[in-house]
Amino acid sequence: MAANPKIIVVGGGLAGLSAVIKIAEMGGQVDLFSMVSVKRSHSVCAQGGINAAKNLKGEGDSTAQHLDDTVYGGDFLADQPPVKAMCDQAPGIIDLLDRMGVPFNRTAEGLLDFRRFGGTLYNRTAFAGATTGQQLLYALDEQVRRYEAEGKVRKYEYWEFLSAVLDSQGACRGICAMDLRSMEVVTFPADAVIMATGGVGAIFGKSTNSVVCTGSAQSALYQQGACYANGEMIQVHPTAIPGEDKLRLMSESARGEGGRVWVPKQPGDKRAARSIPENERWYFLEEWYPKYGNLVPRDVATRAIFKVVYEHHLGVDGQPMVYLDLTHIDRKVLDRKLEGILEIYEKFVGDDPRDIPMKIFPGMHYTMGGLWVDYKQGTNIPGLYACGECDHSIHGANRLGANSLMSCIYGGFVAGPESVNYARNLTAAAADGAFAAERKRQEEFNQRLLRSDGAENPFKIWRELGELMTKNCTVIRYNKPLQETDAKLCELLERWNHVNLSDKSMWTNSTFAFARQLYNMLQLSRVIAQGALQRDESRGSHYKPDFPERDDVNWMKTTKAYFAAGAPRFEFEPVNTSLVTPRPRKY
Amino acid sequence: MANKTVTFRIKRQDEPQSKAYWEEFEIPWKPGMNVISSLMDIAMNPVTREGKATTPVVYDSNCLEEICGSCAMIINGRARMACSTLIDALQQPVTLEPFSKFPVVRDLCVDRSVLFENLKAVKAWIPVDGTYDLGSGPRLSPAEQEVSYPLSRCISCCCCMEACPQFSTDTGFVGAATISQVRLFNTHPTGKTLKRERLTALMGDGGIQECGYAQNCVEVCPKDIPLTDSISNVSKEVMKQAIVDLFRS
Repeated sequence: MAANPKIIVVGGGLAGLSAVIKIAEMGGQVDLFSMVSVKRSHSVCAQGGINAAKNLKGEGDSTAQHLDDTVYGGDFLADQPPVKAMCDQAPGIIDLLDRMGVPFNRTAEGLLDFRRFGGTLYNRTAFAGATTGQQLLYALDEQVRRYEAEGKVRKYEYWEFLSAVLDSQGACRGICAMDLRSMEVVTFPADAVIMATGGVGAIFGKSTNSVVCTGSAQSALYQQGACYANGEMIQVHPTAIPGEDKLRLMSESARGEGGRVWVPKQPGDKRAARSIPENERWYFLEEWYPKYGNLVPRDVATRAIFKVVYEHHLGVDGQPMVYLDLTHIDRKVLDRKLEGILEIYEKFVGDDPRDIPMKIFPGMHYTMGGLWVDYKQGTNIPGLYACGECDHSIHGANRLGANSLMSCIYGGFVAGPESVNYARNLTAAAADGAFAAERKRQEEFNQRLLRSDGAENPFKIWRELGELMTKNCTVIRYNKPLQETDAKLCELLERWNHVNLSDKSMWTNSTFAFARQLYNMLQLSRVIAQGALQRDESRGSHYKPDFPERDDVNWMKTTKAYFAAGAPRFEFEPVNTSLVTPRPRKY
Repeated sequence: MANKTVTFRIKRQDEPQSKAYWEEFEIPWKPGMNVISSLMDIAMNPVTREGKATTPVVYDSNCLEEICGSCAMIINGRARMACSTLIDALQQPVTLEPFSKFPVVRDLCVDRSVLFENLKAVKAWIPVDGTYDLGSGPRLSPAEQEVSYPLSRCISCCCCMEACPQFSTDTGFVGAATISQVRLFNTHPTGKTLKRERLTALMGDGGIQECGYAQNCVEVCPKDIPLTDSISNVSKEVMKQAIVDLFRS
């Protein structure tokens, strides 16, 4: 029993840092692992805001309403008790962030300002300009730096998690990691381990995610026996800026502040957007969804854009793009509330969105599924916890905008104390050689990869993977292509065995690290594709035209994937809907 | 235009202690391409202009939307972010070099941990009592938020330090980014409680006095942070503090 347990946290985004702070505050010692300086984690990309039912606008908002919006938005696939816990804690978490110095936008009276976001009729989203994720991450990073200066936290930056070290009872006793500078493989013991490794965007090639969001760590754990849940639930954000290297997010807050989505009514209309008269524009979201308008949830907006582009053939300039228009809004308001995102558009596209409507298209954005966790953020492996985007809880089949930042912090605030409590009741580890064995296993994997001398380029396999997954496993899904996708994934896995690394050195070899991640991406892709294949219904982000209705009788169930004999094996677990009775989802 | 290409001259270095060398690459032009997408294309087929097989170029990157601060490097002689630098806006050949004032790890990747050490030294945080529920934070006017928010947008890219003539291992100068963070935390109602310690940390060798007012910092900052305002603001505060300390001792 350790009074001051040692906890390993993997990932330094909002979820990981939240866990670190709680552990340090409880007297635990933390080893924090991250592939980048934690201040550069993907959470910085979150733009629009963070949800909490503070009800500061006299609208009668409540945490019960936040719960209802969240589970309804998620199309009743989320187990409801943890959603309720998050919504209940959210106002207190906002207060804490405020005390930590997050420069939230203010009302005239000096209180926190709130704005509208998708899937709710209430002003529930606190925000710091349009770079809220950056501001929240910095606030937590600063608190962690304080603990680091006090010697309670030790950072291992530029280290990559490779696997968990499991003892003979199957409990997690530490991790195996690789120094991304020296490429050395090292094991680290701990009383408990918390995973906070984010989403899996890289599996889809181009997405709104950061480079490190490969899902490699989650996949490694799945291959070690961790359960991976709802893998097929992938959010495609309706408004992203198409790009060569990535799809850059254009925040939902643009619509929250009054942005309107439209296309010219005349196919292939060559006129400049602003010269097209109002009556020749089709504001299709406002027409189809009069109550929520441009602020329907993301899955709904994305499918609407697909319909307009691919069925009505009304994409701007005949291209897969629609307008997101802010030009009717006062420039000063735009600068005060949205500057960060307008700047991104300006820099990468070259047009000023204050003057010219933006051209946007849906892009892969968020991973609702993830490592299966219980209501205390524990995975099915004792001593292994998960929080944030890498866990499966809270968002069900579709995440509402501005709920991710809250779920990350909430998850970390639960996982941190739970891991300490677990560690305090832990019996001493049996020295059964698990550490040496795990290190040997990873070193052998590395040696095999370095020696491999086929003709395959890992970056080219990755490009094929991305195109395959984006085509068949995102917005519209059909069973036949899903079956073909799995066959193709098996083929890519086989080709991975013949990778020839263009860099075989052992110093800061990013090609080598990437090739390792690619193997894990391919394994996890099978979970996504097969999960989508199995689920014969439409629910939230998962849409099958051949099964257009939600089927609560057969499919109000969490998909649970286990790695068995080299392939996914599925179980299905009924969803806990004890708090909000499922009803048809009609916006 | 058919067969339009882009050429690159890239300064490479295999290890921290090894000698640097240059390699040239020529890749097909694509609309909207930027420096990072170009480096990705090179990795896909790592062959120099002369047809020699080589290794993919190593560089830091993460968000690719100029908010994580990873991919800072010297592009055509200027410190800037590789992801938001569009090829069409550059003269060719496009020259890529690692930052010159930070230890090279490999190729374009350098070690910028000095900034994070500096932030530790100036206690760049708000000293909250704890994370338990203590009610809301201090009220702040929109005007106050509009001063602090731009300062808080610093992405720790270190462009300001690279461009600064005073920043070197000889002077040990903390650089503009850290000074601006001192201003940020010293203006916050709770952050203020550590004001004296922060200002003290900026006194003496390597402190704010090293600034030569070259103003390069504000020119290269990708986030348009008013760094020179911060320096003059904190300079005055340090001076005031020094006088107070003098009479106290």
